[in-house]
Amino acid sequence: MINDLRVVYARAYVRLKGLIREPHWSIAEVIIPLLSISAYIYMYEAMNAADHLLAFVAIGGAMLAFWSNVLWGMSSQFYWEKETGNLTQYMVAPISRMAILVGMAIGGMLNTTLRACSIIFIGMLLFPIQLSLIDPFALVIIFILSISALYGLGMLFASLFLLYGREASHIADLLQEPIFLLSGLYYPIFNNRFIPDIVKMAASIIPLTLAIDGLRILLVLNGRFEDVTMHIIGLSILVAILLPLARKALHKLEEISKKEGRLTLRWQ
Amino acid sequence: MNAIDVEKVSRVFKRNDNVIKALDNVTLSIEKGEIFGLLGANGAGKTTLIKILTTLLLPSEGNAYVYGYNVIKESNDVRRIINLVSGGETPGYGILTVRENLWFFSQIYGLSNSLARERIDELIKDMELEEYENVRMHKLSTGYKQRLNIARGFINDPKVLFLDEPTLGLDVLNAKHIRRYIKEWVKNNKDKSILLTTHYMSEADEICDKIAIIFKGKIIAYDTPKRLKESVSNVTSAVVEVNSTLMLDNIYGMPAKVEYNNGITRIRILLDEQSSIARVVSYLDSHGYNILSIKLYEPTLEDVYIKYVGLNMNDQ
Ligand SMILES: Nc1ncnc2c1ncn2[C@@H]1O[C@H](COP(=O)(O)OP(=O)(O)O)[C@@H](O)[C@H]1O
Ligand SMILES: [Mg+2]
Repeated sequence: MINDLRVVYARAYVRLKGLIREPHWSIAEVIIPLLSISAYIYMYEAMNAADHLLAFVAIGGAMLAFWSNVLWGMSSQFYWEKETGNLTQYMVAPISRMAILVGMAIGGMLNTTLRACSIIFIGMLLFPIQLSLIDPFALVIIFILSISALYGLGMLFASLFLLYGREASHIADLLQEPIFLLSGLYYPIFNNRFIPDIVKMAASIIPLTLAIDGLRILLVLNGRFEDVTMHIIGLSILVAILLPLARKALHKLEEISKKEGRLTLRWQ
Repeated sequence: MNAIDVEKVSRVFKRNDNVIKALDNVTLSIEKGEIFGLLGANGAGKTTLIKILTTLLLPSEGNAYVYGYNVIKESNDVRRIINLVSGGETPGYGILTVRENLWFFSQIYGLSNSLARERIDELIKDMELEEYENVRMHKLSTGYKQRLNIARGFINDPKVLFLDEPTLGLDVLNAKHIRRYIKEWVKNNKDKSILLTTHYMSEADEICDKIAIIFKGKIIAYDTPKRLKESVSNVTSAVVEVNSTLMLDNIYGMPAKVEYNNGITRIRILLDEQSSIARVVSYLDSHGYNILSIKLYEPTLEDVYIKYVGLNMNDQ
């Protein structure tokens, strides 16, 4: 157990060192979401849309940073670790493989939280974005549940990458736009008359959707705990499913890979 | 108890409609305190055996044990006492320094910070990495990256170390340094064992206590380098140089291997008896080749390989 914590810490440490040593990457990852935020804000401005929509967009853009991190920093990470030979070392070592994933996730969360805050902060400097908060407790709960669910999904994807490598990366690519659409990254999804209820329900399976909507309620619409109970329940269910599932999948896929000889195969 | 026991291990890979038998009924043992060399050409099955012993791959048949632990059923016990260095790979993170990378891997093996520091200091010294300890890995040359990789292999002070072509692609100096270090380590630590794969015969000859020659997944010779060489010592090997190109793989049934260089052909022949050199000379003479030089040699591992496999390793 203590050893697992050492692994978690060491793996997270690599991420944080990366942030400090290669800051230009982070700057790029702040600027790119800001560009899409700007595009949507100009569009809303041209339509004379209500001001709260600007804040909605900023929150969507900040959460996009988490989503990108989950996709590129978690899901496809094992693919890169395979290329360098790190995965071989993890698999040869007497450690819980989950500890590696959790370390990656914690490092990624910390990095990305910093980026997400920068995105919102710069957004507020550039545009008349108003945020307010009357229930910090609910915000903390929603935030923790959101990133736990998001990174749980990331861990699940990472396990699939173990076996499927590039094929999985294509699927992640393909899913990008549909996820943007369904998660309501740049518009409110739940009170939208063009979106059928069934689609709204389906969209709630994506942790990003509930996370964004919950944060908007708390940070823009002056919501309180009771306004986000459904979000909290939904996200809790996702966490309760995704984390154990990721763990099971990792275990199972390691077994299959060992049998098929695909565990540390670099070309796939 | 042996450091390693491999019992009738086979491994088959199925890819589409292809079935490859990478290992075919391999049995061998490695004693504690031994450097064991697995010698074979590319694709012979060396890495496959290492992967099975390091718990990265399941055998299709057979059993294998490291320090008595079954690699399939007791993989975590095996993992606690081994480490693996693969020549072609450089694990670690480019943005971390040499020292930080070693620290990172020490954490994978649960070392306390003080023990980690002590061991890292030692390894940095042994691998002569002092000048580079605070340099980021991506700035290191191939040779120094490989030194770091080797140092990493010792970070948990393993009982059995697996080295898969540890000097692959290295210059002479780096390769020599690594070979010397490996040899010293086993000498100074009784009970430690190394399984090393290589396709450099001289490497195997120089540092291994025991050698298995693997060919197409099968162990075809298995003994100490000395005895392997003795097994061909009834035959002397001759190198004959002639001034034109010729192609042959035997002379009167004696295995031969040819090399061309600047219009000169060097033929290495395993003579079945010393007097056979006369037959070789008359053969070449009667075929109109001009003999430039003849040298007789004590057999080397290369001759052993030629004898058992029937052809030279690098020609495959
Ligand atoms: N994961 C794999 N899937 C399919 N074939 C493989 C795999 N690993 C090795 N092989 C095949 O098995 C044979 C032995 O490979 P390997 O053990 O890597 O040889 P060596 O290390 O001696 O060069 C080769 O023919 C290789 O192509
Ligand atoms: Mg190999």
